[in-house]
Formats: sequence, C-alpha cells, structure tokens
Amino acid sequence: MRWGPVWVCDMLLRRRDLLATTACLLLGAVSAKAAILHERLPWLPNTADPPQRATPGPWLFFNGAEGRAMEAIADRIIPPDPQTPGGKDAGCADFLDRQLAGPYGRAEGLYVRPPFMPGKTQQGPQSKDSPAEKYRKGLAALDHACRSKYAGKTFAELSDGDKDTVLKGLESGDLKLDGADGKAFMEQAVKDVQMGFFADPIYGGNRDMAAWKMIGYPGARYNYLDWIERHNERFPLPPVSITGRAEWTPRG
Amino acid sequence: MRSRIVSSIAVGAGALLFCVAGSYAANKLDGQDFTQVERGRYLATAADCTGCHTIPERGRPFAGGRAIETPFGNIISPNITPDPETGIGNWSDDDFDRALRKGVRSDGSMLYPAMPYTSYTKMSRDDVMAIRAFLSTVPAVRTQAPPNTLPFPFNIRAAMRVWDALYFTEGEFKPDPQKSADWNRGAFLVQGPAHCGACHTPKSFLGGDKTADYLRGSYLQGWFAPNITNDARRGLGGWSVDDIATYLKTGHNRVTAATGPMAEEVALSSSQMTDGDLKAIATYLKSIDGGQDNPAPVRADDPAMVAGQAIYRDVCSACHGIDGHGVPQLFPSLADSSMVRSDDSTTLIRIILRGARSVATKDEPTSPAMPSFAWQLDDAKVAAVVTYIRNAWGKPAPAVAADVVGKARTDLQPRTD
Amino acid sequence: MARKLPKKDVVIIGLGWTGSIMAHELTDAGLDVIAIERGPWRDAPTEFPPSYAQDELRYRIRHELFLRPDQTTFTFRNKMSETALPIRTWGAFMPPNGVGGGGVHWNAETWRFLPSDFVLRTHLTERYGASFLPDDMTIQDWGVTYDDLEPHYDAFEYLCGTSGTAGNLKGQIKDGGNPFEGPRSRPYPTPAQKQGYGHTLWAKAARELGYKPFPQPSGNMSQAYTNPLGLRMGPCTYCGFCEWFGCGNYSKASPQTTILPVLIRKSNFSARDNSEVTRINTDSSGKRATGVTFVDSQNQEWEQPADLVILAAYSMFNVQLLLLSKIGQPYDPTANTGVVGRNFTHQAMSSVDGFFDKSKFNFNPFIASGAIGMCIDEFNGDNFDHGPLGFVGGGYLGQVQTNGRPIETTPVPSGTPKWGAQWKKAVADYYLSSLKGGSIHASMYSYRDVYLDLDPTYKDRFGRPLMRMTIDFHDNELKAAAYLTDKYADIVKAMGAEKVDKSPRKGSYDVTKYQTTHLNGGAIMGADPKTSALNRYLQSWDVSNLFVLGASAFPQNAGYNPTGTVAALTFWAAAAIRNQYLKNPGPLVHA
Repeated sequence: MRWGPVWVCDMLLRRRDLLATTACLLLGAVSAKAAILHERLPWLPNTADPPQRATPGPWLFFNGAEGRAMEAIADRIIPPDPQTPGGKDAGCADFLDRQLAGPYGRAEGLYVRPPFMPGKTQQGPQSKDSPAEKYRKGLAALDHACRSKYAGKTFAELSDGDKDTVLKGLESGDLKLDGADGKAFMEQAVKDVQMGFFADPIYGGNRDMAAWKMIGYPGARYNYLDWIERHNERFPLPPVSITGRAEWTPRG
Repeated sequence: MRSRIVSSIAVGAGALLFCVAGSYAANKLDGQDFTQVERGRYLATAADCTGCHTIPERGRPFAGGRAIETPFGNIISPNITPDPETGIGNWSDDDFDRALRKGVRSDGSMLYPAMPYTSYTKMSRDDVMAIRAFLSTVPAVRTQAPPNTLPFPFNIRAAMRVWDALYFTEGEFKPDPQKSADWNRGAFLVQGPAHCGACHTPKSFLGGDKTADYLRGSYLQGWFAPNITNDARRGLGGWSVDDIATYLKTGHNRVTAATGPMAEEVALSSSQMTDGDLKAIATYLKSIDGGQDNPAPVRADDPAMVAGQAIYRDVCSACHGIDGHGVPQLFPSLADSSMVRSDDSTTLIRIILRGARSVATKDEPTSPAMPSFAWQLDDAKVAAVVTYIRNAWGKPAPAVAADVVGKARTDLQPRTD
Repeated sequence: MARKLPKKDVVIIGLGWTGSIMAHELTDAGLDVIAIERGPWRDAPTEFPPSYAQDELRYRIRHELFLRPDQTTFTFRNKMSETALPIRTWGAFMPPNGVGGGGVHWNAETWRFLPSDFVLRTHLTERYGASFLPDDMTIQDWGVTYDDLEPHYDAFEYLCGTSGTAGNLKGQIKDGGNPFEGPRSRPYPTPAQKQGYGHTLWAKAARELGYKPFPQPSGNMSQAYTNPLGLRMGPCTYCGFCEWFGCGNYSKASPQTTILPVLIRKSNFSARDNSEVTRINTDSSGKRATGVTFVDSQNQEWEQPADLVILAAYSMFNVQLLLLSKIGQPYDPTANTGVVGRNFTHQAMSSVDGFFDKSKFNFNPFIASGAIGMCIDEFNGDNFDHGPLGFVGGGYLGQVQTNGRPIETTPVPSGTPKWGAQWKKAVADYYLSSLKGGSIHASMYSYRDVYLDLDPTYKDRFGRPLMRMTIDFHDNELKAAAYLTDKYADIVKAMGAEKVDKSPRKGSYDVTKYQTTHLNGGAIMGADPKTSALNRYLQSWDVSNLFVLGASAFPQNAGYNPTGTVAALTFWAAAAIRNQYLKNPGPLVHA
C-alpha cells in the first residue's frame, strides 16, 4: 500500500499529456504563451523539444524530375569516391527535400513584408521568393536550359563532364537561366548540399555519418575534459549522432 | 442518539475552544503561550502537516483539499484551520489528540492511515497540544474539502479497526537509556513526527509496514523512496552524519540531490529544522541495520554493459562526468550514489525518462534539473545505461531489464509530476 | 485599450544580462520589481539540454534561439543618399530574444576595456594632435573612467566565475597575463581555461615573435565554481557547441546560471515573458516616465505603471524604443543636432586561415569552448604608436577557435574550387590540421554619417517603423584591419603553416557577412547633453526616472567584446541608483 500526496493537478499539464506522443512533448505552442515567472524556476516533467527528424520515404517537396536533378547536382558537388559516398548516396537531396518541405523552405520567420525592391549585394536578399520557390524555379530552368543545350537531355541525363560544365557555367554566370538567377541558384545549391552532407544524420543527409567519418569529426559529443590537453593525438571515439550510434543498442 | 450527544458536547466544548482559540489568535501571546505555539510550529514543520493539508501555491495554509493518492483511490486531506464549521475550530483538545495519536476523528470514525497516526502516536500529549496551539493561530479558512473517492469496500471507515489491530501499535516514544541523547532525539523524530517510514518502509499488500524491512525503501506513485538504513551499497552507509544532515537541510550534498516528493519534504520540512535535530536524525539512521548482501557484479562484457558504457560516455558524461563522480552539489555522483543501486530502480528510470528538477533552498538555490531522455532512449537503451551505471564503479547492483523500463514508461505516462 | 496593472516600484524592459543584474540589485534594495521580456523563458534542462543542444543545423545555421526577423528587424543602407532595405534574414549580426538575452548563447569572452578607451578623444588628441583624427570622426570621452568602473568589472567577473590570468594586479605587471590591461584589484575568480593544441602553438609562435600572449578571459568555467549568490556552476567540458548555443551543463555564465534562480525566489520580483514593450509612457511634461505599455502573446495590450523605468533591451532596441516613445531629441546627421541615434558602431572583424601538414599537426578543433584561446593585446586601442601608421584604434589578436562544427568549420585553402572532388579532398585533408579565422577583433570608432533613425517605409508587426541603420566602414577602420591582419598572419606563418589565407575586412559594410553582434551606440553616455543621451550614470538627460542600460551607451566601440563593460556599467548605474537616486530622485548630474 502506498500513501502519499498526489502532485498539484495543473490543467495545462493535463492537456499537454493528452497531446503527448511517445512521451515526448513539443513545447512550441505552449511556450509561446505569456507567463508570469515568480517564486520558483519553471519546471515541466517529461518535457523536451527534440529536433524534427527526417523520416525516410518518398519526396515530400520535390517531384520526380526535380528529385532526379537534385540528386545529380548533389553527386557533382560532392562526387562519390572509394572512401566516401557522394552527395546522392549520402542523402543530401533527401536532406534538402525535407528542409524545403519545412519551415526553411517556407521562409518562416523571415521578414517578408513589402515593398520588395532590388538592392545592393550588401543589403542582402530582397526577393519575394521563398527558398522553396527558388528551387522550383531554378530546377525547372536548369532542366530547360540543358534540354536546349544538350539535345533534349535533362541535367540528370548528362555525362558527368557535361554536368560539371553546366554547373561551372552557372557558377561563373556564363550560363544564364531563363526565369531564375542561375548564379544565385548554384551558390545556394552548393551551400545546401554541403550543409546536408555535414549536418546530423537525423536530418536526412550525412547517411551513416559518412561525412563525419571522412573528416574525423566525433559528432554530437559533449565532454572532452579528458582530451583538451592531449595535444596532437587522434581522438579515438567514433562519431555519434543526436539519436546515437550502433553501439548504443545491446547486442545479444 | 449517541452521536448527537457526542456532537452537542462537542459543540459546547467547541464553543469554549473557539473562545480559547480566539484568544490564541487575537491576543498578543504571553511568554509561555508563545513558547508553546513556537514549539508547535516547529513540530508541525517536522511533521510536515502542510505537505498534505495545503494545496501548493494556493496560499491557504492547512485548509486541506489536497488529494492523497492511494492504490485504493484518492483520500482528500481535510481542513485543519480553526474554522468552526469546516475546520477543526470546534474540536476539543481530546478530539485533536485522539486524531493524531489514535487515528480517530472527532465524530468517532476512523482515520485512514494516509494520516500517519501510526507514527504520530510516538509524540506526547504535550507535543500534540503544542501543535494544536500552533494550528489555532493560522488564519481560519471556510472551505469544505471534497469527499474521498475511495470505492466500496474501502470507503467503510469501520474496516480500519481491523487494519489497526494488525498494523497499529499505539504508544509514546520510549527513549533507550543505552543510547545517546542524539540517537534518542533522532529516533523520536524519525519514528514520530517526521514519519519517514511512511514512505521509506515497504508495505504489505494491505498497506501496513513490513517492520522487518524498516526503512529499506518503498515504491510510491511512480517513485521509489530509497533505502535510508546504513546499508553500504543501497542505503546511507557511504554517507557521513554530516552528509545526511546537509542533504536534509539544503536538499543537496556531495553525492546527490533531493527531487520529486523528497524535494517537497526538504523545502517544507527538514530545511527548516535545527542543525542539531538533523544531526540527530542522521545519527539514528546510521544505526539502522540494512542487512548486507553482495550481488555479483554484472560482467563488463555483458551486452547491456557494453551498450550502456557507450551511451554513458556519449550522453550522460556531459554532466555526471567521465568518471561518474558528477560535480559536488550540482550533478549527482552516480559512482557514489546508493539510490542508483536500489533494488527497485523506479526512481532511476523515471528520472532518466522524465527528467527532474532538484529542490531549491536558501542554502542551495541553484536547483539544477536533469532533462528528459524519453524521446532519445528506447527501453533497451535505458535498461543498458541503468545497468551500466549500477555496475561500472565498484559497488554492484542487479541488472535492469528492458521490460522493467517499458512497464515504468507506461505507468508514468499519465503522471503530472 | 490597454488595461492598467497595479503599480510597481520598478519596471525593467528586457531580462537579459543588464535587466537581470539591475533586478538583482534593486530587489536587494527592497524595491518591488517587475521585468518584462519580449521572448520566452529559457533554461538548460528544457530548452538546450546536452541531449540535443549539440545540433549545428538547428542552432548555428537556422538560429533557433535568436530573434526572428518577422518579429522585428532593421533596415540598412551604407550611405544617407541610398534607400534602406529590410534585413530580411540575419547576416552581419544576430539579435537575441528571450530570458537571458544574449547571455544564453554568447561566447562568454569577458574583457575589460583599456583605461584609455574611456577618455578616447582626450587621450588621442593629447598624443597625436587633433588633426590626426578624421574630421567626421565623432569619438567622445565616456564621462566615466576605468577606475570608476574597476570595482564593477570585478563584481561581474566574480558573479560569473570568469576564468583568466591577471596581467596587472594593482599596478604590478604579472607574467602570463595581459600586460596592457588596466590594473585590477584582485585576481580572476578561477584560473584560465585549458587550451587546445592550436591555441597553444599559436601562443608559442607569438612569444617567439616577442609578443606577450595570455589566455582569453572566459565565462566558461575552468573548474566548478560557486558565485557570491550561492549559485553553482560546473566545469566547462570543451564541447565545442558554445556560441550560438545554450550551455547544457551549467558551465557557461549566463543570467540563468548566475542570477535568476536566486532572483526568482525573491517575493519582490516577478517577470513576464513573451510580452513586448511597445512604448515607454511619459506624463504631459514629457520629463517623467510613468511606466510602459506592453503587448502579450494574445495581443492584449497592458499598461505597467512604475516609479522607475529601466530600459535594458538589446542595444538597438533601446534606441528604437526611445525614438518611438519620443524621449530625447533624435539625431540629425546633416544638421549635426540631436542625440538619439548618433555614434552608432559595430566591430571591424578580420580573419586569417592557416593550413598545416596533416601528418604533423592535429588540432582536434571540435574540442574547444566559446572563450578558449590565447591572445595578444599589443595592437589594441592605443597600445602601439599610430603616428607612422595613419589610423587610430586596433584590437586584440587571438587564436580563439571555438569549434570544429563541420557545416561552419571545414575550411579549404584559397584557390580550392568551392565544390567537386578537389573540394571534397581538401576538406578531408585539412579538417584536423587547419586553423580557421582567429579573432582580429578590431574597434570601430564613431562617425557623423553612421547612425540610427526610424525607417520611413518598413514596419514591424505592430505597424511601428523599423529602426534604420546607416553604416559603412571608413578608411580608418579598413587601414587598421589590413594592418592587424598582416600581424596575425605573421604569427600563423611562424607556427609552420603551409598556407596562410588572409581575409582583412574590406569594402563596404555588408549586412550578409557576420561579424559579431556587438552593435553599440545610439543612446550614448557622456558629460554633455548636447552630444549624449545619458549622463555618466546612464540616466536619461531628458527623463530622470529612466535609465538606459547596455552597449547603446558606448560612444564608440573598442577592440574587445563588450559584455564585460556592459555589465560593469550596469553595476555602476545600480550603485548610483541605490546610493544616490533612491534617496533623492531626480537628475544625478546637472550639466
């Protein structure tokens, strides 16, 4: 028999428990409410706002053609080699697909009030288009340009050499796209593909932490107190993602 | 018939008491009364009356209405302010004494042992009258506590007579002349007003104390109140008297921190007791034999240990240190913690799954909190890391299986603490 | 229609470093204090636990802990003749939002300014002559001296447990510390942090070149620490997720770790989060503040009356609120009149990348803290003779690399293609054996045509004008940047780098290139109400029951991170309020 006072029933907590999925609570909406802080530090048990994981599966943002183009672009920005996968197999296009389908793609949180006027480069991007819209336009314009230049072939259908030629042309500005800023598109694509390559694998890229293994980065660790003064020595532990590594699962 | 006579006497006595109580409250108290009220305040603090009889953050001390969870349903604490109609203003001194030390209400019905009369019986009548005097000075609040939600047959109070016969030994604390004054004071406090056994002594299926396992730890409401005997591995054997006293006073010591229901106990009760009393409690607890056993340690190459070590190094070491010793007064030392090695690993599992905020006191205001890992670690991983921390640093403890974690996860789901 | 709340003694706008310090001081004095914070409550166990705090994409790239431009932003132009356009996505700086403010996600680099920094115009004029300074340079003396502030720097450092090695103890120069620093009354509360291989080698090279390197003063604890309020912090574990991130294990000094748990227990303190102050209200005379109006997350408008108003928001928002509340005369750069908006400054940062032989050098860049590193101060402030150089100002040079986070910190030598097989190989070759950036932390002095005002076109979500920044680099700063960058590059070369890439600050001020969030000025302190908005106690010249805390008070920026000085000024103002103002409310300085 167990006796003891039950804890204060806070109606707010009750409601949140009902909304909980797998014992994980998303604070987002709740923490946006104004609250009075008085007497004690706020505390909610069973509270976490872990990252939104990219779930494997079909494209959420790209259509088939866009996905193929993006995978091909990723594989030229980061070509495969015997040691390390390229951008495609590392999941960089998957990463970007999930990002464009989410708040980043929607330009959430950015200042999108008019008037929209072109400015100097130093004044930063002034386009009305969200990242998602820019990719739609850019990928469509890219395939269109390739079809014109390469006898009806889309970017993904070109040889590696031709792909590189196209991308270099975009980068230098020599190859102009119809309906999109090719130079800006290429610059952003390089950034996003490389970002997907190096981000935590929970976001869809850096599959199996391949990029981290390539460079020797131990991942989402937090305690190096025993290593700060070990100078010029190779850190021995394998990389770990926010959701762990294989060794976390007991074998047998 | 009998009850009406009783009640009319009670009214008469109550009217007299009300006047007396009024004079307690209204008059500037002379030296002797003041001492009794202050003694009563102190005993009420040691007994943590407010813990059950006050809903936190509502600002109406002792007005009752707090739900006490039992496996049989919720028992609602009554109003013990001096209000004559909804509180105990009309009770006689004898009524009050019978309630605290015999488990009988003013109308003659039985109290459920959620009210720890089984412990309070150790107090003397003088003690109880002092508490009464103190309670008579708190503001009267007119509020009727809602009824209990005990289903049949537990709502039959008369059944408590049988329970009392089995589990209730009435009687004041008798000091042991062979022991020191400190020990005796500690024994009185622990067995009496502080009623530690109410949480820390395991219970039979009827809810009575398993006296053979006195203070060896007990499960209640999603927590395991740990072993507080002098058991070296699972109790306070590794703590000094100072460690215990510091923990009770500030909620933290070099090994660990008070969280959950014990955080409330420290905040409301032991942090406000004298250093001498806390030392006495510590002295007494260190004298309680916990029995010894030495389980075989889980082998380092056991799959759970291997996985647990990886998880520990990657995640837990951020605060608890690569060597498991934490940071004194900030992050518990898992290497030294006896709670980690409890037979029942409920507290360990729930802290990992749900997180926990440690108590803030005047002496230790930092109140660090552990985050929730339920989203990150599945049952097998929690079981692995729990098994690891229980065995990695010398003192062993049995492994914890994944299904134990799974059951705890389910049990904890609806909880709000 | 705003609903009126019960009056408080003090209302504090913003609960970052300055708001928390002031709340702590004024509640100690027995006053009833409410703080109103625009952003949410934040705390390690629930907002940045060490289970998911180490997420580079979320916190470094998508900036989840920071203000969102759609909540409010600024407009920007280089010159008065141009049209300012909105900063639609952050770049050059990143304003904080939430309880703890920038203190949650700062590097914790905790510097003091030089004694000469506080009397800059006097000092430089004496040394070089008035004509040495550009005509349109509007630097000023602060109205306080280093000696005034020394006890308050000390108070902040002991509040934070700052880890460092003293260089000047009561006038005695100490080996291992900064020989140029102003005298300090006692050592740092904790010893300096441990250093990584790159930091250590850089210091060795600097020493061999004749400089005096010293460890950067760090608010990441070198060991467990208990501060004067009884709050405990743990040792920094060199996780490499410091700046931009909240600290998951209580080892970075912040309002959360050094003040708030004690502050919140005081019965005379409360705070509202997710509530934005939209206006400081004044009475009909305009000379007395009556309180503030704020909007909560439900868009309800409230009025919080108070006897004393403390404006403690991020620097730029201080200035904006003064302008929107019509307190103080707005600065007019053409007429050269007015004070609110003048002397706006940022920092002029440069960087140097070094690339080393991977078979000989392994720097483990991911093992670091936000304020780790070794620095030299030979080229800061007026620590060196500017006569032959043709510029004034400078900054510390520091090998203070804070991370090896791979999205941000995978440098390749200049000339390497930005993508493709060669890029991939270069990244792999140099990740462990490169030094990225360094800190060439140069000052930015103030100019007549660099200022803040309200934008005529763009509005925030309440329909109020955004703050407009008119800012460009002047020759003085660009010359200094080039000079300092060369000096830094020499040290990296002396370390044995195969290749050294210099990136001195060049060209126009560019709102897309990050260079610290050290924005200052606009509501500056001084001795003369014609050229300052605040007196030496940070009290408004115009409204005597209003104090404005933060880097908005800096008449110009120095070659150091500002937080130490921001906090010292706050303690200084708090002392003035407690010891003088409360006894006799009214102007503390009669100009």
